[in-house]
Amino acid sequence: MNIENKIATRQSYGEALANLGEKNENVVVLDADLSTATKTNIFAKKFPDRFKNIGIAEQNMMGIAAGLSTCGKIPYVSTFAVFAAGRAYDQIRNSICYPKLNVKICATHAGVTVGEDGATHQMLEDISLMRTLPNMMVFSPSDDVQTKWLIHTLAQTQGPAYVRLCRLATPVIYNENEKFEIGKAVMHGDGTDATIFATGVTVAEALKAKEELAKRNINIRVVDIHTIKPIDKKTIVKCAKETKRIITVEDHSIIGGLGSSVCEVLSEEYPTKVERMGINDTFGVSGKGEELMEYFHITAKSIIEKLCN
Amino acid sequence: MKITKIETLENIANEIRIGIINEVYSAQSGHPGGSLSCSDILAVLYFNQMNIDPKKPNASERDRFVLSKGHCAPALYATLAKKGYFSMDDLINFRKLGSNLQGHPDMNKVLGVDMTTGSLGQGLSCAVGMAIASKMDNAGRRVYCLVGDGEIEEGQIWEAAMAASKNKLDNLCVILDYNGLQIDGKVEDVAGLVDIKEKFESFGFNAIETDGHSIPNLIHAFDSAKQKKGMPSIIIAHTIKGKGVSFMENEASWHGKAPNEEQYNNAISQLKQKSFVN
Repeated sequence: MNIENKIATRQSYGEALANLGEKNENVVVLDADLSTATKTNIFAKKFPDRFKNIGIAEQNMMGIAAGLSTCGKIPYVSTFAVFAAGRAYDQIRNSICYPKLNVKICATHAGVTVGEDGATHQMLEDISLMRTLPNMMVFSPSDDVQTKWLIHTLAQTQGPAYVRLCRLATPVIYNENEKFEIGKAVMHGDGTDATIFATGVTVAEALKAKEELAKRNINIRVVDIHTIKPIDKKTIVKCAKETKRIITVEDHSIIGGLGSSVCEVLSEEYPTKVERMGINDTFGVSGKGEELMEYFHITAKSIIEKLCN
Repeated sequence: MKITKIETLENIANEIRIGIINEVYSAQSGHPGGSLSCSDILAVLYFNQMNIDPKKPNASERDRFVLSKGHCAPALYATLAKKGYFSMDDLINFRKLGSNLQGHPDMNKVLGVDMTTGSLGQGLSCAVGMAIASKMDNAGRRVYCLVGDGEIEEGQIWEAAMAASKNKLDNLCVILDYNGLQIDGKVEDVAGLVDIKEKFESFGFNAIETDGHSIPNLIHAFDSAKQKKGMPSIIIAHTIKGKGVSFMENEASWHGKAPNEEQYNNAISQLKQKSFVN
């Protein structure tokens, strides 16, 4: 991981989409007046006939996507996470998930790392809302390479999917030839002092912490949970068996998110104490993305402090 | 196979009504009022207008129908059964555990259902998506979407109306089942919904008002909608909630209630008297 080479997953998404458009002519893209922010404008410029700006009408956009998919199209639908998973929840539930339609909801600006816009625009409950829906697959990619892999893979994967993307530029973690698999977490290292389960923007933070802790003879492993649903139970249980502490860290509410997902697996399969780091039952605030990660204690520094205590 | 004889279409509408009463009676739940009000509309659509073939239920070139007011599933199921997508005998399993005929239409369970609906206000957006797909592919499919007058209180309907107009969806025909009643009373009292024709016209629709129980008028309205280019059409079909069963007509209380045995026998005998054949 080169921490100087940073790119936001929304940017990776936009680039991947434009590339995918060349390979698959059934791919169509919808946006709700945010295409410059969600980066679907890259696709729109290249394939104007396969891009529809629906305007500020997210509920309508989800329904239109559902209708398009019944006619063989593969709609990738974008807006901010709070307007997708939140505002259009019932449309996602009844018009997309229940009929199991092939719609890919790629929501950007998730988490407190949105920054200055503040609480109304910082979606902290989307993993929770989306993973409770039957038929829905939920993803939270951690870097550029993984996001691009995911966007291409989803075009070949039938069924509804929610992809959680971020505004903040974060380090590129993986080499371009890295292989991923839906539902299979990526384990970094095999330290036994602790496992850090991370997702999205917190994976790079956990990896930074891992390096720093190694200097202090604390050997941990980091597990990148890019697929929140279906979750990789096997890897979670294996880590609980092999390591002394289990910590989860996410830019999302600790209620219903990654932390809860890990707790659900372990409480049934291998009861273990789980320490959840994330947004603790509160709304976000305005500030810079990096500042907010510190403010909400989801950076490498906070992980290190937790493990040194 | 297009049926043009008015009497035959009227008989089909009547058979759909008998099917509705049988479904709601056997389930002892469901929505007879709004189902009876849209029976003539469905008879004209499925037997005179739409390019569909029950033998090829998944043909990509077929026209599509979205029952946005999904609670009127009894009318859709009776129409599909009559059309031959499944047996009329299946109708008595409506709403029962293990049956494909769910309380609201499920496109993955019932052949001929083009979209899963039930949560009001959502179907029109899906129909807009289907119409856009048809335009993108130059497929020539027409998309029909039936909405209720209570249903158009949902804001999403107007979002969808805007999108239909912006995308010049002249392959989309919305039908408003304008029976004037919703669960809690008159549509104009509950939510103050007035000037519906003007509202749709100002959203860029070709609006056609017609008697929703007159087969020839409905055929004329659908044919005229087909001719209109460059904009979506809406047929504002003036209807009577509970149409065809005297004690259900214009009674909001029959929105979502099943008849008892005596009421059932009365309703069936009224409808059977109206049949010209059988």
